[in-house]
Amino acid sequence: MAKIKLPKFPKFLMAAVVFYLVIQGLYTTGIMNGYLLHIINQSLIYVILAVSLNLINGITGQFSLGHMAFAGVGAYVSGTITTLIFKINPSTPGGIWIFIGAILVGGLVAGVVGFLIGFPSLRLKGDYLAIVTMGFGEIIRTIFNNIDYVGGPRGLLGIPMYSNFTVIFIATVLTVIIIRNLVQSSHGRAMLSIRENELAAELVGINTTKYKVLAFVIGAFFAGIAGGLFAHLLQLAHPTQFGFLKSTEVLIMIYVGGVGSLTGSIIAAFGLTFLSEGLRIGIRALADATNLPIGGEWRMVVYALLLIFIMLFRTEGIMGTKESKLLKLEEVD
Amino acid sequence: MSALLNIKGMSHYFGGLKAVSNFNYEVPSGVIYGLIGPNGSGKTTTFNLITGIYTPTEGKIFFEDKDITGQKPYKIVQAGIARTFQNLRIFSSLTALENIKIAKHFSSKSSIASSILRLPSFLKEEKSTKRDSLELLELMHLANRADEAAKNLPYGELRRLEIARALATKPKLILLDEPAAGMNPKEVDELMNLITRIRKEFNVTIFLIEHHMKVVMGICEYIKVIDFGETIAEGLPEVVAKDAKVLEAYLGKRGA
Repeated sequence: MAKIKLPKFPKFLMAAVVFYLVIQGLYTTGIMNGYLLHIINQSLIYVILAVSLNLINGITGQFSLGHMAFAGVGAYVSGTITTLIFKINPSTPGGIWIFIGAILVGGLVAGVVGFLIGFPSLRLKGDYLAIVTMGFGEIIRTIFNNIDYVGGPRGLLGIPMYSNFTVIFIATVLTVIIIRNLVQSSHGRAMLSIRENELAAELVGINTTKYKVLAFVIGAFFAGIAGGLFAHLLQLAHPTQFGFLKSTEVLIMIYVGGVGSLTGSIIAAFGLTFLSEGLRIGIRALADATNLPIGGEWRMVVYALLLIFIMLFRTEGIMGTKESKLLKLEEVD
Repeated sequence: MSALLNIKGMSHYFGGLKAVSNFNYEVPSGVIYGLIGPNGSGKTTTFNLITGIYTPTEGKIFFEDKDITGQKPYKIVQAGIARTFQNLRIFSSLTALENIKIAKHFSSKSSIASSILRLPSFLKEEKSTKRDSLELLELMHLANRADEAAKNLPYGELRRLEIARALATKPKLILLDEPAAGMNPKEVDELMNLITRIRKEFNVTIFLIEHHMKVVMGICEYIKVIDFGETIAEGLPEVVAKDAKVLEAYLGKRGA
């Protein structure tokens, strides 16, 4: 009997649907509380940030230290749009579509800013590039800090709460799929070749400047999307959320997960967000149980120690450069 | 008929140092052209100038009668000049197959959007890229290494992989920078066969730098000898081998 070849349902999408249904089910039945869902939402947003930074740092081999600044651009742009519209008329019809539009505009503006910063700075390499991107990131943060219209140092307040699990989840899955498909294409190989050996890449006919800028712009776009989702989840955008230290957090995620591995970035984004929150609860419980004078500030000490141990015992990160089977596309033959 | 590669009055200075002085080359289509000279004589600089890594201080470079002086390296590759490096420059954590595929990227037509959506046209192109790349590996006797990370390959195979990668850009002229460096006598013989074979099978012109006299005298049809940035002799191998200035540059002055 002839076998009928069914089109395979993409593994990653299937896993994503299962994940969504489980979480949504646990939440609606009340088994999981809102706090846990909030941490999951945050983790998902960090997945977008880590995967998009990995495109720049891990795949293309450039060193950006200002990733959160692009998230800030997305947060402030989309937040300003939605607050303006809903301030005029709180019951504007099609709110969710306005919100999605605002998020996309935020991403696009972040992409444009990424282009403006990337084009001049990407002639630099390694440490020098890191310093320049950090500098630009701080400039952007300082600008938010000094524009009264968006709240200055108080931050932009009263952003409507539009981000929910469903929206954030869909955005995260789309980001991962888009970046994965890009990486596993000819364009992605061009980016990888820059990481491997920039001169050799140029001398097999690859326009290295174009691909470096492209990676930077795409990374900035998705960071902008993540920033917009954040702003509409926390209902505020604050300059301190988008500074250099926050960029370092995302950077740590891609190093812990494995530079160049999208799977690693996803695992690390979830793992570290949960670790950081888990320690908060764990240390309080420990203090209560033992009556020892350990306060919440110990959380960051333990967190930092754990990071040091991960890097000592798994220098290449959790995944190295490997990808999970879920994220590998079928080989063409 | 004019030459495939035509270099006129090319000079290059590094600050006050004259690395290359008033070079003229005419590399006719289809030959194996050898460039030799002692260390520091300006050979690799010449390659770097032709491939656009440096822009010559003076002079012009014509390829197929088009002026390519000062163009970006990737444009020069796309025009049809490929090269290998004296110290290998392989994409070492990628597989041998990926190394070749990357060299085929600039001729690929799939847009970013069609790659992300994995449209049929994209999949079709990926398929043909893979097939062509495997074919090339086969010709270079590297087919069994296709899925091996390049860093795990032995030195001799890496040299072949680099040549294969250069050929993947479909060049008309290929510049080989010391292809026999670090090879044992047996590998050198194989390399000589390989070079003459790729000229025939890929219909390319070969311009090589080499220290290994057996290779130079064995396969080059025209030789140019340089020292301290100046041309000291050129011509057919038999003529160059007997030139007094060449012997002096390589062996030192008699009685000195």
